[in-house]
Amino acid sequence: MNGRRLVWRIARLVEIRDETPSARTLVLQIPGWPGHLAGQHVDVRLTAEDGYSTQRSYSIAAPADGERVELTVQRVPDGEVSPYLTEELTVGDEVEIRGPVGGWFVWRPNGTAPVLLVAGGSGIVPLMAMIRARRQAGSRTPFRLIYSLREPGERYYAEELRLPHPGLDVTYLYTRAVPDGWARPVGRLTIADMNTGGWPADFGPECYICGPTGFVETASDILLAMGHDARAIKTERFGPTGG
Amino acid sequence: MTEPAQDSYQDGNALAGPLREIFAVDVTAAAGQCVHCGLAGPVASLRVYGPAPGMVARCPGCDEVVLRLVRGPDSAWLDLRGTVSLRIPLPGPGVPDGTGEGPA
Repeated sequence: MNGRRLVWRIARLVEIRDETPSARTLVLQIPGWPGHLAGQHVDVRLTAEDGYSTQRSYSIAAPADGERVELTVQRVPDGEVSPYLTEELTVGDEVEIRGPVGGWFVWRPNGTAPVLLVAGGSGIVPLMAMIRARRQAGSRTPFRLIYSLREPGERYYAEELRLPHPGLDVTYLYTRAVPDGWARPVGRLTIADMNTGGWPADFGPECYICGPTGFVETASDILLAMGHDARAIKTERFGPTGG
Repeated sequence: MTEPAQDSYQDGNALAGPLREIFAVDVTAAAGQCVHCGLAGPVASLRVYGPAPGMVARCPGCDEVVLRLVRGPDSAWLDLRGTVSLRIPLPGPGVPDGTGEGPA
């Protein structure tokens, strides 16, 4: 891909999967797709009939599979792009996509260091691509996922994450409401959660944190306080692009 | 990089698409050094404000401007005066792509 010019390609929606009442996975068929790494993202461009066009970035939710690319999009109330993608776009419709882009927040299946994934809300998306890439590659690299969200109904990929994955441990943290009988009270991510659900710094894990800015900074500060190497902590924050 | 909450900035990962329009390789994985405070770190870790009228990337250490990018209808303006240098990971000549832009 190096040296190849970044071009807008036509993507056709071939499948829709609802993840939660306000988020859905879009499976797109993109002729000429060059492949991608887990953690990379794409830019999606919509153009209105009057020529007005706008674009947003979305993380890719699954590893490369030929010309199929999966995005999971959270509807942002009053947003400009996400309501269209999550409510109006139907199978057979087309959008413009360019990518993949981003070479820093990525995990490669040949990695051998243990991996800690820390997701805040829809920050799970690029991390899920890493989990799926690990499975697709038959990798035995140990993974741990700490997934913080408001309440159980907001879990993405709930069925898939419920299945046993040898070598993947999943810890859910709820900040507003918990399932019946859940031991941990509601609350934001703490150092105790990271101690229990993560890896000791001595293990030298690669850490990937994705979520809203405040969450990412808290998670990253906790890891630094626990003695993790700053160079092994990779972060991706959501921005203000307005949906 | 899914869609946004109400935070005031994104991070340098958001520059990946716009910079990839200009450069042949991914620059977000490059290590940059801030002119103002000397902090070195990946372009992906910068704090990015924008997109209108352009993207302004600030140092996470001192909050000074490190990079500015404005995309016009027929050109792009890239202002790097806040950057001492960029160390860009590149495979050796003839080695397959290892910079994260997808399988070779």
